[in-house]
Amino acid sequence: MKINQSELWTGRVILMALMIITILPLISIFMTALHPSGSVPSGFEWPQQPQWGNFIEAFKVANMATLMQSSTFIVIGVVPISLIISTMAGFAIGHLRIPGSQLLIFLFVFGLTLPFTGIIVPIYYLERDLGIYNTRLAIILPLIGLYMPFAVYWMRAHFVNMPEEISEAALVDGATIWDLFWRIHLPIARAPITSLGILMAVWTWNQFLIALVLVEDPSQRTMAGALGAFQGHYATNVPLLCAGTILILLPTLIIFVIFQRQIITALLQGSIKG
Amino acid sequence: MVTILPHIHGDTITMSENSFTTAHPSQTITTRKTISQKTIIGWLFVLPALIMYSLFVLLPLVMSVQYSFFQWNGIGEMSWVGLENYQTILDDPDLLGTIFNAFKLVAFFSFIPVSLGLVVASIIHRVAPGKLGEVARIILFLPQVIPLVAAGIIWGWLLARTGLVNQTLNTIGLSSVPRAWLGDFDWALPAVGLIGVWVLLGFCTVLLWTGMTRLDPALYESARIDGAEWFTEFTQITVPLVRQEIAVCLTVTIIAALAAFDIVYVTTAGGPGTATAVPGIQIYILAFTQQRIGLASALSVMLMALVIIIIIPIQFLTQENSQ
Repeated sequence: MKINQSELWTGRVILMALMIITILPLISIFMTALHPSGSVPSGFEWPQQPQWGNFIEAFKVANMATLMQSSTFIVIGVVPISLIISTMAGFAIGHLRIPGSQLLIFLFVFGLTLPFTGIIVPIYYLERDLGIYNTRLAIILPLIGLYMPFAVYWMRAHFVNMPEEISEAALVDGATIWDLFWRIHLPIARAPITSLGILMAVWTWNQFLIALVLVEDPSQRTMAGALGAFQGHYATNVPLLCAGTILILLPTLIIFVIFQRQIITALLQGSIKG
Repeated sequence: MVTILPHIHGDTITMSENSFTTAHPSQTITTRKTISQKTIIGWLFVLPALIMYSLFVLLPLVMSVQYSFFQWNGIGEMSWVGLENYQTILDDPDLLGTIFNAFKLVAFFSFIPVSLGLVVASIIHRVAPGKLGEVARIILFLPQVIPLVAAGIIWGWLLARTGLVNQTLNTIGLSSVPRAWLGDFDWALPAVGLIGVWVLLGFCTVLLWTGMTRLDPALYESARIDGAEWFTEFTQITVPLVRQEIAVCLTVTIIAALAAFDIVYVTTAGGPGTATAVPGIQIYILAFTQQRIGLASALSVMLMALVIIIIIPIQFLTQENSQ
């Protein structure tokens, strides 16, 4: 490798600078969150007396405990079902290669290009007719549908690469297709299923528009959805708003730090294969 | 699933070594009976996903197209107006302007993250193969997992009068520049675009970097033996060979720009005036505050058509390149 020292150091300095710029906004709101509630601090200033109590106050006024419950409930409603039905579909399309697979794949991939803002209006009226508007189901059901293009495509990509021989051997031994799926292919697919699950959980937690439009009561929304309402009330109280924002992004941040490798590869592979 | 379970267990799949009748070489040992059974069970496997997708994505899509031909306030009678809603959008500079704003946003959400991402990825690839590169990738990627609403609130504060951005500008002596960026008619849209850069740069960088690691190191070795500068290496080797990843980045970020809602809603709500009004915001306002469902739907249909018109050529480009 012939890279001269000056270039090496220029590169490193650029990277360091970019990292600092990326992280600076988070540091800024963290410092702001520690200023006295109701004050107008400047953007980058360590408070004389850090007000750690702001986090507790934000937790209370934003009704965070209820929100966490609500969000968790929605995640539990969305993720397992999405995983099961997308894995089954991915298996049938990618491994069983049923007639019509090409068409199905085309249909699902088409969904990847649809901007969600384009179909939110009919979903609202559809849910009024179905009688689920303003319930948590109003968020759960459309999210399952909306995740299907990505999820099915992602699982299909896994099953397409599974060698045919595994299944043939099992079928010769008298296994049914259900056995084949449940006993043989599901355990092998644990890694892609886990990544997909983490990804969908984070997406659900972060979901905003769907919660804003389909559920009127902020306490029944997702965390991100409720943040919008919280912002409306506390727009002028910057320290408290910053504290609330930190509390709301903390869970996804923690999940990211723990699972960063899975999340990054899942997002990237998902989009490359897509 | 439970309902079809006993069904499947009831039948055993028969195998015959003699029937080589199928077209697929990989399926030569399965019989016609098992193929048809496989088909039925396979479709049953697909069905739940297909139903959810059809009900909450495809059906609303069709409904959007249908609504777009009517005048409707969401409660009363729907009255057929043909293409009038589309005509209204084309004639109204404010409504049509949302689409132009969306295109301006593409420059920030897409072109800047992709081109900057290429440079950063190639720097990581060239000078930071080890720990520093890994840390850089994780940190740059971080904004991608934060809720967009939170990103909006964070930047709303950073770009405020007393926020970090103005404080920095003051510190470096540009005290005439600071303003309330998001409330400024000329600067609000670029300011919103900047938030998009922050969110999407890491995604593009890491994706493009992955593409670069896939390339044959020998290419770089020989270029470096010839003493190739970073810039030569970048333009001659890297960019042409990661075209596929560039196309993916463009696709994802262009959709993000055209469909933008969360960030705009929490930072400017489309304002000041219509300076940052994008289709997503306008659809929301038309449908849920003005009760003009037909018009909102026509704009939705135009937005979706626009995305497809832009995305398809990019896909064809990739396919040709990968051959």
